[in-house]
Amino acid sequence: MHRLDPRTKLLGSLAFVLAVVLTPPGNWRLFAVYLCVIAGLVLLSRLPLKHVLKRSLVIFPFVVMIAVFVPFFKQGQEAAGYDIGAWHIAVTYEGLAVLINVVVKSWLCILCLIILSSSTKFELLLQGMYKLKVPQVFVQITSFMYRYMFVIADQAMRMQMARDSRNFGMNRSNIFKTMGNMVGMLFIRSYERAERIYAAMLSRGYSGEIIEIAKLKFQLPDAYFALILSLLLVCPAILWW
Amino acid sequence: MNEKAIEINELSYSYPDGQCGLAGINLTVDRGESVALIGPNGAGKSTLLLHLNGILRGNGAAITVLGLPVDDKNIRQIRRKVGMVFQDPEDQLFSLNVFEDVAFGPVNMGYPQEEVERRVRQALQKVGMQGYEKRSSHHLSIGEKKRVAIATVLSLDPEILALDEPTSSLDPRGKWALIELLRSLPVTKIIASHDLDLVACLCDRVVILDEGNIVADGKVEEILGNKGLLRNHGLANPEGTPDPIAPLSSVARA
Repeated sequence: MHRLDPRTKLLGSLAFVLAVVLTPPGNWRLFAVYLCVIAGLVLLSRLPLKHVLKRSLVIFPFVVMIAVFVPFFKQGQEAAGYDIGAWHIAVTYEGLAVLINVVVKSWLCILCLIILSSSTKFELLLQGMYKLKVPQVFVQITSFMYRYMFVIADQAMRMQMARDSRNFGMNRSNIFKTMGNMVGMLFIRSYERAERIYAAMLSRGYSGEIIEIAKLKFQLPDAYFALILSLLLVCPAILWW
Repeated sequence: MNEKAIEINELSYSYPDGQCGLAGINLTVDRGESVALIGPNGAGKSTLLLHLNGILRGNGAAITVLGLPVDDKNIRQIRRKVGMVFQDPEDQLFSLNVFEDVAFGPVNMGYPQEEVERRVRQALQKVGMQGYEKRSSHHLSIGEKKRVAIATVLSLDPEILALDEPTSSLDPRGKWALIELLRSLPVTKIIASHDLDLVACLCDRVVILDEGNIVADGKVEEILGNKGLLRNHGLANPEGTPDPIAPLSSVARA
């Protein structure tokens, strides 16, 4: 799994995500198949299950924030309801079905992406993107993001420590004010750093185009993997769509 | 063969906010010279360095590098010949691993792959960082980052090295190791620094820059020996304070 060509893994993940997203809601047999595929991949990649599950929890706040109100607004048969004065709040079965589908679909997708990102080195992912003709701007932005994420996080942490060491019982509005200042400061610093990086790139002959030297090779395992994955995705879909 | 490495004639520069950066600089550096550019914070040292490979163009004054005027036509060649090492290696090392950072210049110059790999190997060897190719730049120590930053320009075989504060934020051991490294590189060097140890060990000529002007230019012994001059430009301890080295040497004597 870790030795597969990053392009195979990228395309495989894309195929999986598309399959999950396009599956009609409520088709539980298909979702079960997808879950089995994921389980197989986890076994194959020898990732610790706990790590994968723990990381997959990250998406729930986002999904819940977006989808939690759907059951209240979807028209359909009422499951339960309250009357607050003249205002009737009700949850419908149809709405709940939508919520569950959204949660299941996004969870399956995030599991797939976690397997992709934990079994592939970031450089290889970028090389794969580059070779798959993803526009250079995206590849470069992703690369810089990954390179400087930690630098900026470090900076933020130092600023926070500096703030906390001078912080004697601030009230809430002040905390927000300093937080705003810190975010602004981080933005300005990052902007200035970007200018210095650009100067450093120009100094070494940068002309607007990243010329990548990538040494990627499709091998036999890639073919097997692609074949098996597409069979696993296509056959059940034909049977049970 | 032109014997002048750098010729600068009446160079002025103002920052985007209108503040004066450089005010009429005239400077000539011969090939093979090691010149220190010293001066207080904000004197314009870094700004002057950035003009040497055309990142900044100032007032369009005539700057000639290795006989080539700095203009759009020559810019590629000049950037290959002037290796610019920035103060913060975090700015210089923007790739995901050491190999890609050191290879960035050679790849941009369009060298074939074997040549790129040979140059990367050589450059890393020169700075004593061989075997670090696959390491991620972010996880190196500051001393290692500085070395790799120098390797990123050595891979282009520059004839001039322009270094901005090469020893800043290094511990004494790292600093002296870096001084030794720079000493071993036989190219013309222009070094902006406050570090007088570095200047004394590495340079034969010193230029003092203050408020965008060159206020002194002479042999290293002359300038570093002139305490009054250094004091006037905020480069030595103020009069009446104990000499920073004195307590140490009295300990050593005892």
